[in-house]
Amino acid sequence: MKASPYLVLALLLAVCFTLATGLQPRATTWSNRSKSDNVFSVLFGDGRRLFANQFFTMADVYFHSGYYPSIFDLRDQGTKEIVAESHGHTDSPEDEKKEDFLGQPKDWIDRFGRHFRIAEHTHLAHSNEREILPWLRLAADMDPQKIETYTVGAYFMREHLNQPREAEAFLREGLRNNPDSYEILFELGRLFYENDHDTSHTRNLWQLALYKWLKLDPEAAKENKLAFEEITVNLANLERDAGNYPDAIRWLQAAQKVSPAPGALQQQIDAINAKMAPPTNAPAPPLH
Amino acid sequence: MNTIWALAGVVIKELYRRKDFYVLFVLTALITLAAGMVNFFHDPKIVRYVKDICMLLIWISALLIAIITSARQIPAERESRTIFPLLAKPVTRGQFILGKFLGCWLASGLALLVFYVFFAIITGSREQHWPWLTYLQAIWLQWAMLAVVIALSLCSSIIAAAPSSTTTICFIVVAGILLVGGHLNTVALHQTQPLQAVFYTIYFLIPHLEWFDIRDIVVYDWRLIPWGDLFLATLYAAAYAGLFLLLTWLGFRRKSLNT
Repeated sequence: MKASPYLVLALLLAVCFTLATGLQPRATTWSNRSKSDNVFSVLFGDGRRLFANQFFTMADVYFHSGYYPSIFDLRDQGTKEIVAESHGHTDSPEDEKKEDFLGQPKDWIDRFGRHFRIAEHTHLAHSNEREILPWLRLAADMDPQKIETYTVGAYFMREHLNQPREAEAFLREGLRNNPDSYEILFELGRLFYENDHDTSHTRNLWQLALYKWLKLDPEAAKENKLAFEEITVNLANLERDAGNYPDAIRWLQAAQKVSPAPGALQQQIDAINAKMAPPTNAPAPPLH
Repeated sequence: MNTIWALAGVVIKELYRRKDFYVLFVLTALITLAAGMVNFFHDPKIVRYVKDICMLLIWISALLIAIITSARQIPAERESRTIFPLLAKPVTRGQFILGKFLGCWLASGLALLVFYVFFAIITGSREQHWPWLTYLQAIWLQWAMLAVVIALSLCSSIIAAAPSSTTTICFIVVAGILLVGGHLNTVALHQTQPLQAVFYTIYFLIPHLEWFDIRDIVVYDWRLIPWGDLFLATLYAAAYAGLFLLLTWLGFRRKSLNT
């Protein structure tokens, strides 16, 4: 008896389908890869971190409208300006000089060539900051453990683009991927404080951020002292604005222990103490 | 001049008969449209990454079209032996080269025009503004740069054994100039003699094609390039294209046509 090729094909398809339904649930347990919920980690493994750093750099390149040093230009590998800006840093004239990596033209080819490229240090403004977001999104997808991506992205969304809810969603995504990140908790607190004016929620978040910071190992804590100061000073400002002066002083005193400028914090403590002092009935000083 | 135009017309017809351009255009369009459809943080105004990707694809496609088209012109005529009846007519070897160059250059220009119209439609539909003068400068400079590349490719096709080797050599040279050509002076500064002299010689000899790459100016909506500088850059490209065409003619005028 001669079997029809179509019949054989149908039979084979039926066998394949039956086997697939039986094997698929087991196959998911064979390797750790299937546990990953990120397609990039499956595709690239740890190599995705390299891409993430490159995409984060691209966000900085866009922030400078393409005026960015190449591998041939000598420049200090300092903090990226999108990160510095998210911490409230603005460029001083000295910083501007440092950013002029091109310097004087070396020859006529170099001089003439500068007419055909962007040769001026500028930052995106007037809501054009949105243009850095695709690169930050890609960086977060490539390396969900890169915390700066979430804090920088959220900062620009809430501060420059008036998108606090998108910023919150991005930070919460970051928190899900990095549950022990005091940086994300602190940024989330800033969002609730500056955009929503929700003092109690902010207090809880910043105290949790401080708790996470205190759980760091001594070496990491030593390297991140500035984060401790940033959290405690902001907690102090929050308590001062809420009228809780003793708590504000307590936080400022804690910040003094790690601050490079404890004198400035002492002035703030003195100012709060002056507010706390009961009004005196002493006569006004005589006029001269 | 009529002879040169007639030869150029044949090359242009060849461009739209072959599939290279269509494949590259469809690929560019598909990738750009796919990139444009991605939603980042519910913000529909984000557009520069789409412009960046599209401009990069246009540059790659234009270089592919220009180099591949020009690299096969002379070898194909020799291989199919159509060059004999062509040169038996009152066509000089100089006219033959000029006709081939003009045809390749015009064909690349037509392809560029289609690519840029697509670019303008896609980006304009998202940005709601069309900086036509910037686009005009970008297309003109890119076309001027392609003149140098086509002349270089024709020149290489006289020397190299096969169109594939011409294409490979030209791609390496052009990509090398675009990526590191402008930095050779910086590299030379950190070398000792005689390497420094070698780097400087290369730096001053090569055509600086990176000048003509104003993608950043288009992508970041930067101000226009002064028209005087644009004119000087055009002269610079014309000088290098002329030099390579002269070298091609010098090589071709005494070359045996038998393969």
